[in-house]
Amino acid sequence: MATSLTLNVNGKSRLISVDDPDTPLLWVLRENLGLTGTKYSCGIAQCGACMVHVNGEPALSCITQVSQVAGKKITTIEGLSRDGGHPLQKAWIAEEVSQCGYCQPGQIMSAAALLAKNKNPSDAEIEQAMARHICTCGTYNRIRKAIHAAAAMTRKGA
Amino acid sequence: MDAIFNPKRRTFLKVGAATGGGLVIGFYLPGAAGVAEAATGPTKLNAFVKIGADGKVTFVTGTSEMGQGAHNALAMMIAEELEVDFKNVRIEQGGIDPAFANPRYIGFRAVGGFQATGGSSSVRNVGVRVRYAGAAARFMLISAGAEKMKELRSECVAENGYVVHKPSGRKVSYGALANDAARQVAPDDPVLKQPSEFKIIGKATPRHDTPPKVTGKALYGLDVKRPGMLIATVAKCPVFGGKVKSFSADRALKVKGVKKVVQISSGVAVVADGFWAAKKGRDALEITWDEGPVAKVSSPGMYQSWAALAKGPTAAERLKTGDVATALATAAKRVESVYEVPFLAHVCMEPMNATAHFKGDSVEIWAPTQAQSWNAHWVSQLTGVPTSAITVHTTYLGGGFGRRLESDYVLDAVETSRAAGNVPVKVVWTREDDLQHDFYRPASHNVFEAALGADGMPTAWRHRIVGTSILQYFKTFGHFLRKDGMDPTSAQGAGDYFPYDIPNVLVDYVNNNPGVPSGFWRSVGNTQNGFLLESFVDELAHAAGKDPYQYRRQLFSKPHAARLRAVLDLVAEKAGWGKPLPAGVHRGIAAHFAYGSYCAQVAEVSVARDGKVKVHRVVAAIDPGWIVNPATVERQIEGAIFYGLTAALYGDITIKNGRVEQSNFDNYKILRMDEMPKVEVHILQGKGEQGGIGEPGVNPVAPAVTNAIFAATGKRIRKLPIKPEMLRT
Repeated sequence: MATSLTLNVNGKSRLISVDDPDTPLLWVLRENLGLTGTKYSCGIAQCGACMVHVNGEPALSCITQVSQVAGKKITTIEGLSRDGGHPLQKAWIAEEVSQCGYCQPGQIMSAAALLAKNKNPSDAEIEQAMARHICTCGTYNRIRKAIHAAAAMTRKGA
Repeated sequence: MDAIFNPKRRTFLKVGAATGGGLVIGFYLPGAAGVAEAATGPTKLNAFVKIGADGKVTFVTGTSEMGQGAHNALAMMIAEELEVDFKNVRIEQGGIDPAFANPRYIGFRAVGGFQATGGSSSVRNVGVRVRYAGAAARFMLISAGAEKMKELRSECVAENGYVVHKPSGRKVSYGALANDAARQVAPDDPVLKQPSEFKIIGKATPRHDTPPKVTGKALYGLDVKRPGMLIATVAKCPVFGGKVKSFSADRALKVKGVKKVVQISSGVAVVADGFWAAKKGRDALEITWDEGPVAKVSSPGMYQSWAALAKGPTAAERLKTGDVATALATAAKRVESVYEVPFLAHVCMEPMNATAHFKGDSVEIWAPTQAQSWNAHWVSQLTGVPTSAITVHTTYLGGGFGRRLESDYVLDAVETSRAAGNVPVKVVWTREDDLQHDFYRPASHNVFEAALGADGMPTAWRHRIVGTSILQYFKTFGHFLRKDGMDPTSAQGAGDYFPYDIPNVLVDYVNNNPGVPSGFWRSVGNTQNGFLLESFVDELAHAAGKDPYQYRRQLFSKPHAARLRAVLDLVAEKAGWGKPLPAGVHRGIAAHFAYGSYCAQVAEVSVARDGKVKVHRVVAAIDPGWIVNPATVERQIEGAIFYGLTAALYGDITIKNGRVEQSNFDNYKILRMDEMPKVEVHILQGKGEQGGIGEPGVNPVAPAVTNAIFAATGKRIRKLPIKPEMLRT
């Protein structure tokens, strides 16, 4: 029997139905809700491509069972800003971080959770916050630079 | 419709009116199979550029975008020739068309042509054709503008989307001229702009694909959704070449959401209404495999057998000059070394996947592919549907690195769609599937011998490669495999271009294939051979008691190595070769030519007591000839250094009983942010042919790092990856 759950995704209440309440949030976001900005890459919490926020904290949606997050506030890359206007998205564009781009929504979600708590992170703090991510295009130095730039924007109130 | 043949370029330029008004310009190859020669109307024209009556410029490209920035660079080239603001150019991914074939690689008719993105070739090969399309459009727009303004054509110029009558300053927009331009006679030989006239080419230009890639809107293969689409996973035999002996789908079919279980050539596909059900269903399958002969293959035995073959009498020659045997026998000093390099996986962030809808007499495919022509060819071979009835929609690629030149994952989707009853199916590979069913960078065992003269310079160089062959697996290029076993890709970078000035050289190859699929991995043969050559030459420099930079400099003395020497000099200067470094930090240098570009790198490395290697900084110098987008060049070299360094420090696919031992990122490690060195890129635009950018930066980093390790520890790394236990003190 299918299980019905109410999820709060990007500020909206969404009723979903799954055959298996253990289904990872990742697949519910992608397949039930059409939010494909959250990516599948490893499925075992090793690469960060599936990073979302649950109650403001970064969470790997590939190992988060959907039944665990009913009623919690879930934010995906699609809900980070209305039109790509988050300081991190602006900084990513200015620094031209993305190559293939596949891992970048996840990277941005971790960076956003970091900046929400720390307006002026050091290199070491950035590296720690981003340690769960892999980018096989090798964009790490640009990511670090873009996070610093976004932090500076945030401090100036941009 | 106007068609012009230009024998110099062996292409027809085609010009016509666009559907809904405006101008379209494209090309096609004369006589190619399935060509649009028979196209009767302009709507059949698969254009390079469309200018609408509303003035909008659309650049249509057949090239795949996998992060390398080719879409943007090609669009910059069309904007340059067209004289339009780059921001006003929209990029559209085209379908399959001979117009999109790589113009350097003509023929390949037996495999459907050459619409494929690989070999660092988009800008340098496809770009010129794109520029001709832009130049032709500019010519016709100027003609139409002069007629409309009733002015002399010679007094009119194209400027920023307008045709301007210079003496009066009157102007007409491209949009207002597009319909008239379509009726103009196309130029016989469109005149390309001179580099001195470039306004866009050569300037760092933001990529069109960045905004959609930071908002989650960019569409990758895995994001494709079709009406009625089902999701499938495929259980494949863990042993290469193994087949299904028997299976029971009973338990799988009990998983909620599983619709069907079907057998296909590569295994058993579980078709469900979502990924999670498809994966659970796959886990519940009961399959008995016929593992086949490869089940006896394991890595240690494979390398041992290669060591024995390396001593054997038979090998295929790749490069032979002078008399190596005599030079070695009479040498004042001899140096011998044995090197091994492992299999490597591609690890695209987006695992292999494809969506297909087999409809009986036609097939529609949506895929993150590098190889549209070959996908269609192999799908046609599988299904009997002619390639003209096969459509390939190319999405963004979440990484490519050569992996998506293969068609296996596309065939999975087509076969599953057909077996499931002609319904649209997306086949999703898990990361485990992706790592364990890759076409790996070939592994090899290498024996080097060199003779040094009294001055310490080499008089003889002998290199024997024993290892797997890409072409044995890549049937699309099977005809390049020589009868004596020579696979030119295995010796690529070892014998086709030999940079050193050494009088007696013998490079040969023993093709031995224990059954591990091998494939094109970013920079192909250069990835192993660049490491091997630039490590062994470093050994020779030390044996001669000479500075490794100066030693190479002297060896790069022939004209064909002049540009390699120039980047070597530049990187030595920029890295401060010979200048003091912080305590414990040491430098290594390496240089390699690949895909038309010359690249040299200096790595600054320290080695901890526990053997852990830290790469602090890599300075790179690259000469690809003239460049289109310096921002892309820098980022490609950074990415290439990351890719080569990840392989050097961690990359190791090992085989046990015919199975890959690694399964996911927990045991196939990838460099993370805190391990990424600072990277500095210096671009030299040397005279000569334009080179590629995606791949050449990969090759020098491993030897630069291992040469630095030697400088730091006196230990020579002759087997990759570099492991701390090799360096513990």
